Amino acid sequence: MHITRRHFFRFMGAAGASAAVRTPSAHAWQSKAPPDPFGCLVDLTRCVGCRKCEEACATVNDLPEPERVNCQCTIFEKDRRPDDKTYTVINRYYTGKVDAFDKPIPTYAKVQCMHCQDPACVSACIVGALTKDDTGAVHYDVSKCIGCRYCMVACPFEIPAYEYDDPITPRVMKCTFCQERISKEGGLPGCAGICPTEALTFGKRQTLLEVAGKRLLENPGRYIQHIYGEKEVGGTSWMYLSSVPFEAVNLPQLPDTPSPKLSETIQHSLFSYLWSPVLLFGLLGAFMARFNRGNDSKQNNADKGGA
Amino acid sequence: MGHKTGPMNRPLWTPGVLVMLVFMFAGALAVIARFTGGIGYVTNLTNARPWGIWVGIDVATGVALAAGGFTTAALAHIFGRHYYEPVTRPALLTAVLGYTFVVIGLLVDIGRSWAIWKPMFYWNFNSVLFEVAMCVMIYLTVLYIEFVPIVAEQFKGRINLPGILSKLNNPVDKTLQVADRVLGKVMWIFIILGVVLSCMHQSSLGSLMLVAPTKLHPLWYTPILPLLFLTSAIAAGYPMVVFETTLATASFKLNSEMHILAPLTRITIYLLGIYLLLKFGDMVVRGTWVYLLDGTYQTNAFIVEVLFGVMLPWAMLLNKTVRHSSKGLFTAAALIVGGVVMNRINVFIVGYRSPLSENGYFPAPSEILVTLGLIAALMFIYRVVVTYLPVLQESKEVSS
Repeated sequence: MHITRRHFFRFMGAAGASAAVRTPSAHAWQSKAPPDPFGCLVDLTRCVGCRKCEEACATVNDLPEPERVNCQCTIFEKDRRPDDKTYTVINRYYTGKVDAFDKPIPTYAKVQCMHCQDPACVSACIVGALTKDDTGAVHYDVSKCIGCRYCMVACPFEIPAYEYDDPITPRVMKCTFCQERISKEGGLPGCAGICPTEALTFGKRQTLLEVAGKRLLENPGRYIQHIYGEKEVGGTSWMYLSSVPFEAVNLPQLPDTPSPKLSETIQHSLFSYLWSPVLLFGLLGAFMARFNRGNDSKQNNADKGGA
Repeated sequence: MGHKTGPMNRPLWTPGVLVMLVFMFAGALAVIARFTGGIGYVTNLTNARPWGIWVGIDVATGVALAAGGFTTAALAHIFGRHYYEPVTRPALLTAVLGYTFVVIGLLVDIGRSWAIWKPMFYWNFNSVLFEVAMCVMIYLTVLYIEFVPIVAEQFKGRINLPGILSKLNNPVDKTLQVADRVLGKVMWIFIILGVVLSCMHQSSLGSLMLVAPTKLHPLWYTPILPLLFLTSAIAAGYPMVVFETTLATASFKLNSEMHILAPLTRITIYLLGIYLLLKFGDMVVRGTWVYLLDGTYQTNAFIVEVLFGVMLPWAMLLNKTVRHSSKGLFTAAALIVGGVVMNRINVFIVGYRSPLSENGYFPAPSEILVTLGLIAALMFIYRVVVTYLPVLQESKEVSS
């Protein structure tokens, strides 16, 4: 199946419209994004695929050493995804770009949790084990998790991974944005701290948007005129600049509407103060009284249970 | 009341029951494998495909098919159609067992089964799943409370525990008597509560996928998905009763209940019609009919679901001859039940697409064995309960 952009927006439009109809203004959905979060800007035109970020990530997060650390050749033959032992990976894409000698130019793209401004996983989590904190990091608290994996269903970037091989205490595994490190003054995420080509820029999200805008402005022709993550699903803390179309490097086309907006709007307009269940209870009670009036009520009551 | 329910008092160990035991045993082995090797050892689930048939069938479909419980209770007890009371007990039993097995299925599926109590203490009001879990938990309790009078009816005044336990005969009997008397007075609260809770979580099961707009095929992804889940569950309620009553009466060689089932399905014409109208209206409004002829397997699954699971049985029920022939009625009911099963599987499995990884999912053999084992166990316990408790209508020869 392929959802074209046009169809996608058509049904999102319908979704939005019907949500708007349902929603009394008092319940209007509001973003819960932190006011001044950190972010990270990935400039794909600068990345050379050295995979130092993968290595640094594994070190600072006590993860197993990445597959073939020193091999920048065959590792790129398969398209990799972050998994339960890897929070970030670099993939190589040939998108049809060629250099002056007709040699195809690779584009390297880093994958990790995008730390959405209004994360679907945080909204979905049954116990609130996932939270978006003031640093911008989407934080996972294993002590609350029951392992329902609804976060994985919800994530538009397919990021949370699961320890499927652990029978009793599996965890959801995903990039932490090095929350502890960036909470300290001057702290950097492991990956951003090591990147030798400055493909990764860490800073306040607002500042990074300015930096990105400036790069787009000052290098005409170098970039696609779009900051991926500025608006996608309501904005993400990790953002990308690229010279090739974002879909070509596996960054999915997404609507600007935050993922949780529709479901939260429906849930809250229906169930705030449990008004609709209480109303339904009252209505059904009235019906019950009305339709069972003529009967011998004693006999009836005794029979109702289980009958 | 005109009807007389009673225990079946038939031999329990029939060949059919032995087949169920085989499936239960195989399922138990697979469950043991899951709790020793992990979910990854027995399933084909991946990071791109976190929910498979344990959620799509054991949980989502199980909840939908247990809708006979609250729909018959609403009809007979709330809307005062006492004529239909004979089918409320088997429907209640199906709901009790259905929801019990939903919880057992969840225990197998969630990674940290021992932590299943945590949602009671860690609340996330933004989570649709949180609401579903709370409703299912409370509703299961309500169902067990509604079932107490059936147990009381059978054992009141004849508690006869063996050996040293016989000292407890009197206290247990007293408790049963008191519980029965108290419940008789307040049962109406639980009956209404059961209907309210059902409406809440039947619809919210549909809201589950709304948080992932890019991951569900647009033929199913619609803001009215909760409404579609609610109406389809309600529409499938009576057909499910027809389906299981027909099977039970045939299996126990009881009198057919056609005089109740035929008029019951007349209501289904309206309920299913409303669902069909919503489904088509939604398709037209969102313009998703453009996908219908693209030939992908998701689209074909959608066509089969709507054509054979909704339109065909709806047309059949419109025909009076079909409604009054037990074969025709059973076929139509089975199609509607099948249609809801297909719909839930389509929403949670077939229509689900992982946008970044190529991921075809087909359940692993051991994954299927767990599901089959749970279904077999459910049927086995149903059989045990109706054998020893007054759930089904006795044959006329016996009761008159």
